Amino acid sequence: MHTKTIAELLKILDKGECSSEELTKIYLARIQKLDKTLNSFITITEEFALSAARIADEKRRKEDKAPLLGVPIAHKDIFCTQGIKTSCGSKMLDNFISPYDATIVTKLKEAGTILLGKTNMDEFAMGSSNETSFYGPVHNPWDPALVAGGSSGGSAAAVAANLTPAATGTDTGGSIRQPAALCGLTGLKPTYGRVSRYGMIAFASSLDQAGPLAKTAEDCALLLQAMAGVDIKDSTSIDNPVPNYNTMLNNSLEGLKIGLPKEFFGEGLHPEVEMAVQNALKTLEKMGAKVFDIELPNTKLAIPTYYVIAPAECSSNLSRYDGVRFGYRCDNPQNLEDLYKRSRGEGFGPEVKRRILIGTYVLSAGYFDAYYVQAQKVRKLITTDFINAFSKVDVILGPTTPSPAFNIGEKTKDPVSMYLCDIYTISVNLAGLPALSMPGGFVQQCPIGIQLIGNYFEEGKLLNIAHQFQQLTDWHQKTPLTFKE
Amino acid sequence: MNTSWETVIGLEVHVQLITKSKLFSGAATAFGAEPNSQACAIDLGLPGVLPVLNETALKMAIKFGLSIGASIAPKSVFARKNYFYPDLPKGYQISQYEFPIVSGGSLSFTLEDNTTKQIRITRAHLEEDAGKSLHEDFHGFSGIDLNRAGIPLLEIVSEPELRSAKEAVAYLKTLHALIRYLEISDGNMQEGSFRCDANVSVRPSHQTKLGTRAEIKNVNSFRFVERAINYEIERQIDILENGGTVIQETRLYDANKDETRSLRAKEQANDYRYFPDPDLLPIIVSADLIKEIRKTLPELPREKSERFERDYGLSAYDANVLTATKELADFFEQTVQASYQSEPKLCANWVMVDLLGALNKTNLDITESPISPERLGGLIRRIHDKTISGKIAKTIFEKLLCEKEDVDTIIEKQGLKQVTDTTAIEALIDEVIAKNPHQVADYKSGKDKLFGFFVGQVMKASQGKANPEQVNEILKHKLGP
Amino acid sequence: MSFSREAILHLAHLARLSVENTGDDDSIQDDLNRIVTMVGQISAANTEGIEPMAHPLDTIQRLRLDIITETNEREILLALAPKTAAGLFLVPTVIE
Repeated sequence: MHTKTIAELLKILDKGECSSEELTKIYLARIQKLDKTLNSFITITEEFALSAARIADEKRRKEDKAPLLGVPIAHKDIFCTQGIKTSCGSKMLDNFISPYDATIVTKLKEAGTILLGKTNMDEFAMGSSNETSFYGPVHNPWDPALVAGGSSGGSAAAVAANLTPAATGTDTGGSIRQPAALCGLTGLKPTYGRVSRYGMIAFASSLDQAGPLAKTAEDCALLLQAMAGVDIKDSTSIDNPVPNYNTMLNNSLEGLKIGLPKEFFGEGLHPEVEMAVQNALKTLEKMGAKVFDIELPNTKLAIPTYYVIAPAECSSNLSRYDGVRFGYRCDNPQNLEDLYKRSRGEGFGPEVKRRILIGTYVLSAGYFDAYYVQAQKVRKLITTDFINAFSKVDVILGPTTPSPAFNIGEKTKDPVSMYLCDIYTISVNLAGLPALSMPGGFVQQCPIGIQLIGNYFEEGKLLNIAHQFQQLTDWHQKTPLTFKE
Repeated sequence: MNTSWETVIGLEVHVQLITKSKLFSGAATAFGAEPNSQACAIDLGLPGVLPVLNETALKMAIKFGLSIGASIAPKSVFARKNYFYPDLPKGYQISQYEFPIVSGGSLSFTLEDNTTKQIRITRAHLEEDAGKSLHEDFHGFSGIDLNRAGIPLLEIVSEPELRSAKEAVAYLKTLHALIRYLEISDGNMQEGSFRCDANVSVRPSHQTKLGTRAEIKNVNSFRFVERAINYEIERQIDILENGGTVIQETRLYDANKDETRSLRAKEQANDYRYFPDPDLLPIIVSADLIKEIRKTLPELPREKSERFERDYGLSAYDANVLTATKELADFFEQTVQASYQSEPKLCANWVMVDLLGALNKTNLDITESPISPERLGGLIRRIHDKTISGKIAKTIFEKLLCEKEDVDTIIEKQGLKQVTDTTAIEALIDEVIAKNPHQVADYKSGKDKLFGFFVGQVMKASQGKANPEQVNEILKHKLGP
Repeated sequence: MSFSREAILHLAHLARLSVENTGDDDSIQDDLNRIVTMVGQISAANTEGIEPMAHPLDTIQRLRLDIITETNEREILLALAPKTAAGLFLVPTVIE
């Protein structure tokens, strides 16, 4: 049962072959038994889950038509959940019980999902390996010595290990796509503004976007359907109609124009990852797609640009953690300044502090124009590259990451080497485009991901391509041996 | 050395807008609520919350801009001003920096000597208010109330064109009247709805370069503004004349000691790290919206004052006084109505001198006047149609202040109706002449001044009710040339 | 570009962040220098005549009607705070 996709589980629940309560118990038992080696959950919400599952079963008997009724999922611990600890992977919020639900939490609840628990993540989503979490690193189910990716590493590991059928994540620079790639999953970062950010703890407000991590594109479509849409509480959410993603999954790929940016195939790309990308292209060509070479000339500036804008926004977003109204407060503050400095100094981990300091620096008097304003201009250049590309092709394809999962501890000593992991994913956030990572093969025992980047609001097309790809491939059906049974 | 000094003053006024809900949240804005009972998750800056702009606050800002002839930015931007303070929940204030909603425009006002001065407005922008720190002793702790956090403010910044404390006060009073006319703020200074920071500097009269300024924070009455500025001017001149230099700093006015003192030792260099708020997209104001708001503009104080001069024949001074607040102007016009438009100038006198005088004594506002415009107008109508004399009217006015009856009832009951019957007046005059043969003889021998004596005697005999004009006329006739 | 110790302490003060005695003091100077050198690459880009892009979407702000939608949740919200009294959040005395 635990290896099924959401689409399959919905059929099983519909036929009454299994109740939501039984299903929920299966997953809860797996989490209890197997998560010790992974550390993918911060909080397990057993009581909530069981009572919600019973209510879902009751509703199903009354022919309730909620689209995901009775399906267990997990939320990244960045989403506020009423009455449940919402830590954001930080000591700062270790004691924070949210008094309200994030909009996507409400929407997925209304769609009928059952919350199993809150997944581990890099502290305040700042990291690419889930090693900055206050709760310790997440281990990759394919090999516990390896990272699961980040920052949504807990969500990715939990789905890959069949501890939950699917999970939510957030993506500021690749935090859904990169762990999806490293754990062998399908993960979607929607267009900026497609999904409400209300109740999603902010890291970098102009880059953050929530999305699903699941086994298949079809499951991602089901989840996105429930998550997407305008929200009056988020004035940056977009008031475009949400299409029916499910009906788009089986569109033909005949004549699809795929762009291959030469900048994504340069130095640093693992040759076997490159080969997997070439193989994926062949599969898509078989279905009628045409491949074109394109250029994204400012790609090399994406990481430096991102590491000005994201820290700038984060330095301001994280000022609210001051030990006054919620969260961690240091012992015996001597005075106000001591209260601030020690609460923040003790409550935040080193990566968060680095980014706050960098952000403070790039916004400070005398440096603002050279860094922040210049970064905003380069952001425009990067975006224009994409807009030009989309005048020629329908979708852009490349690797999600330069290499498969690396060892835990391998890159923690050098933050810049860690930042380079996001080289292919980060420019997408700067432009605000939708992008998806889908399993595209293995290097030795480690899964690798193929990234599809779409034009604004073309999530449907990305899901369509991935779904079609998944009809002809079985990478997405592979399960790490240890977590098969 | 005998230098003459010129004072340069620029004012920053924070006006609380009277919206029902806050600038970026749906929490209530009522004054005086229990601490933190009107501070919601968004006002507290809880993790994950987002701001959504209040449409009414934006419209109010535009309305103000239109009223001073400013330009309304087609695209304006909210920025974050970053600093740590316990009354600032998010660690930043959402304000406007590079691209304010209102820029340019001007405000004209009349000074005591009847000259008019025009001051240019640099800008006006929307921002959120902070909470309050309460310093009662909680054993070494201060208490924070965040009810005020997030209340919409319009910060109105003038050019440094004011040249004296008196001008500053005149400007402030004009601005205060304006925002109340526009109904965008209650202007309540005690409750902090209208707060003023003054940038004050002095320079030798012939110098064009500005002197170093001091910023006086949060002075909350017109009287204190004048005193604080005057104190500050003297302080700075004193420093300069003794060869010292003025330090750029923030100072606080202490009303008890009537002095300003230095406030900012705590933060050497503020670096607010302004940047565009990524949670809020640019605000785009369409020409249609501006047109729609322009239609809602009321008659403004200056327009009203000019109309009062034109239509009612009032002096510029009177028109100015009567349009100082919308409530007073309305009271005056309703009084004119109630007096059947008989004598607007007389109405102006009664409102300005008698009524405002009486209200002043009892510390009442025009809106709390015990005499309604209808009753006052009724009184003036009876003066005009000669039912009563002006003198009797004063007596009735005193009664109106403490009784609820209308003018005609009082006249009727107390028999105060003016005597206009010629025969009755003649009888009174005959009586007075008969009683005062010496004075009559003196008058006839040339002591013209005694005429007043006879008028007085007749009026007294009539208990003030005789029509003075008739008395004059008949007396002249009877006493002969 | 290279950060001095004083420069880092100044930033840490602006950000009200203690970086001393928190275990990550030693490497912070190196780390920040490496990051700033990396982000310094943007200065090479020719951005003449390019409009800064603050936001990925070129759309306008949606507004909210002026309605009170929040109820008094003081007890729930105060319960989250580390130190309160008399309905207030407490901080070490604020000195003017």
